[in-house]
Amino acid sequence: MIAFNIPFFSIFIMMFGAIITPLLPLKKRLPEKLLCWLIAIIGIFSAYLIFELSYPVLQPGFNYPVGHYPAPWGNELRAGLLEAILSFVFCVAMLLSVLGNFSSTHEDITPKRRQIFCVLVNLLMASLLALTYTNDIFTAYVFIEINTIAACAIVAVKESPETIRAALRYMIMSLVGSGLVLISICLLYGLTGHLLMQNMHNSILELVKTNRYILPLTVSLALITVGLGIKSALYPFALWLPDAHASSTNASSAILSGLVLKGHIFLIIKIFVRVFGLNVIKLLGMDTVIFTLGLVAMIMGSVHALRQINIKRMIAWSSVAQVGYIFLGLGLNSPEGIAAGCLHIIVHACVKPMLFTAAGGLSSAADHKKGLHDLMGTFYANKWAGLGLIAGACSMMGIPGFAGFASKLSLTLASFDSSLIIWSLAGLAVSSVLNALYYVPAVIVILTGKKEAENKIKIPEPSGSYKTVMGIFIGINFYLGLFCVPLLRLITGGVNFLG
Amino acid sequence: MREDIKDLLNKFFNWIIGNGPRPENEILPPEPPPDLPFTRRNSGRKSRFHEASINERYNEWVELHGLHIFSSLYTWMSVLTCLVIILLLLITVTELPPFGDEHNPANNEVVLRYIKTGARETGAKNIVAGMILDYRAFDTFGESAVLFTAAVSVLMLLGASRRNRTCEKNIFKFGITSKSFLQRGPPLRVHIYRQDDMILRGIASISIPTILVMGCAIIINGHLTPGGGFSGGAVLSTALILAANAYGFDHVHYFFNERTFIFSSSGSLIIYALAKGYSFFTGANHIPSGIPTGTIGNILSGGLILPLNICVGIVVAGTLYSFYALFSEGDI
Repeated sequence: MIAFNIPFFSIFIMMFGAIITPLLPLKKRLPEKLLCWLIAIIGIFSAYLIFELSYPVLQPGFNYPVGHYPAPWGNELRAGLLEAILSFVFCVAMLLSVLGNFSSTHEDITPKRRQIFCVLVNLLMASLLALTYTNDIFTAYVFIEINTIAACAIVAVKESPETIRAALRYMIMSLVGSGLVLISICLLYGLTGHLLMQNMHNSILELVKTNRYILPLTVSLALITVGLGIKSALYPFALWLPDAHASSTNASSAILSGLVLKGHIFLIIKIFVRVFGLNVIKLLGMDTVIFTLGLVAMIMGSVHALRQINIKRMIAWSSVAQVGYIFLGLGLNSPEGIAAGCLHIIVHACVKPMLFTAAGGLSSAADHKKGLHDLMGTFYANKWAGLGLIAGACSMMGIPGFAGFASKLSLTLASFDSSLIIWSLAGLAVSSVLNALYYVPAVIVILTGKKEAENKIKIPEPSGSYKTVMGIFIGINFYLGLFCVPLLRLITGGVNFLG
Repeated sequence: MREDIKDLLNKFFNWIIGNGPRPENEILPPEPPPDLPFTRRNSGRKSRFHEASINERYNEWVELHGLHIFSSLYTWMSVLTCLVIILLLLITVTELPPFGDEHNPANNEVVLRYIKTGARETGAKNIVAGMILDYRAFDTFGESAVLFTAAVSVLMLLGASRRNRTCEKNIFKFGITSKSFLQRGPPLRVHIYRQDDMILRGIASISIPTILVMGCAIIINGHLTPGGGFSGGAVLSTALILAANAYGFDHVHYFFNERTFIFSSSGSLIIYALAKGYSFFTGANHIPSGIPTGTIGNILSGGLILPLNICVGIVVAGTLYSFYALFSEGDI
């Protein structure tokens, strides 16, 4: 009974928090406190939901009608194990991103803007939860809109010419994506007459069986994939990402890279699995396209990252490569591949905020310079940030024991059933080497120059919350790397319930 | 043989990574005195071996030719891409189900229920209002939140950064002594309006009350006639914009400023959220909500639709006016 209401109340509480935050007084950091408490409460709710669903008494998930009218007439939410796990991970990553970058947020943003920043983070969280739980494609579109505007605004929240330029670029690209998604939803509604995912799936199966409207179906699938691909930074459409992630304040970078991309990726997974179905995707040939784009993203994202000298830009391009891994898993077009992709979503959602938080701590130890050569010896000024960067780098390279290893291993195992195994394995190998090529120098740079650094750098000790957050991040990293098998089993169950 | 390979490899690596001192870093040896007989004149600069690295050569090529080629290619590629997409979408449109055909997939049980029992179930004579504010009210809540997000973002970007700046110099420069100007510092763009525009003021004094009444009527009759919160709110905001143009933004500030805006939109959304949250919760858990739908056609009917329309109307009116004020004056 309690678990049944959790999906709706997660979204509702975050929206409500966003609405009342502008009315709060600025004193005593009330907006930030409210934000953190709400995210923590929803995280606990989601953990309870995972607990309830992982020992299913009756069924592995449920549909939640929002309102008095049943599904095709009213809106509907749907919660399974995968949705619960993802929303829990989103809550944890969001909370840690906000808490870990508390001091840098205070340096970068004025109090008045900080209040609105909290409103926007509340709205982002609500939209992520809604994208995770929704079973209705138009509800998804509405929350994509909220997500787009809030994401652009949290880039521009730090006042500087670069952020304004980056936010404009992001806004234009992202709105093109929204437009494509809207056109595609209209086409799909015209062809199927439904907005509810289950009913759309039945209609599409009927259309495919009778071989009608194949071209419009293909076009709408391509449009929605490209539209959401732009928003989730799939490689050829990811050119907005490095500017937006590198120039914004650290909390925004962590949230954007770790969470905002993932909401859209999960929506693509839902559309592939629940609306079209894996067989129809294969029939329309979209799996190969996604696989190829993922492969190209894995290589090209790393190649671009190699050329960067700004540490935040390097980490941002590395996100493009990591998004490629997720799409590679999706392109394998099997439940195992999708489960591996979801595992990588979780891994990346935990590791990338850690890297951005660490990079923020290191660059504030180097007098807010972000060039790699300015970071010489900063490890000794801020050990926790240095440890975070090292752990994140190991994870991104796929060193056994760290989080990235688990997802790369499961991607490899999933690709054994596919006919594209050669390409998949080659791509994973090349991309891992490329990852090492740019993360290892960064680690070497922060570790060298101990003596000069100790003489030169006199910065205040990082705050307690920063250390705690870094510790938790590193702990999560090891947990995901060492004990991923039960998690993967839960995710596989969730993927089976999804399709 | 081995030396040859070594030489070749050396040359290759030089070609890849570059070698020798860069021309700009090179310290030239001092010139020999010019009037010594029987010495070689040019012995000062011995043969300087500098091979440009691939990166340097690439950058040079980009500067000389690459940008030109790229920009022309970019233009042609973008035109080509647009043409391909247009063609593809046109072909798709011709393959879609014919417009208005009764056997279209969109004419199914969903629409049938909305039309047949919509009025009875929601209590609203206007089926569209019943659909957006009762059947699919969750989406409409999201839509109002989109407006709220956009307004808050624009307020943050254009408004909130300009507080607490005293700029008496500019006041002398522009000769503007308006109240908001003195209190809040100068706006980025000064909106010039004529104080004595008789025609605009005369028309405004007649039309503003009419527009306001019209907007309120559209909102309040939203569940009976075409219209509702979104369209009525847009009409209301035009009255505010007209007032700001005719009488100046200061006069509008007396009854509508940033504080009013935040309080009205947040308050309306709170009411919306609480009312619909109750309704969603009871609906999902199959608890009767106890909200009467009233007699169809009466002004007090349609359950929650009337108050929700009013809330949406307030949010829309405030948002559209604040967009106008922020973009034209930089302040609400």
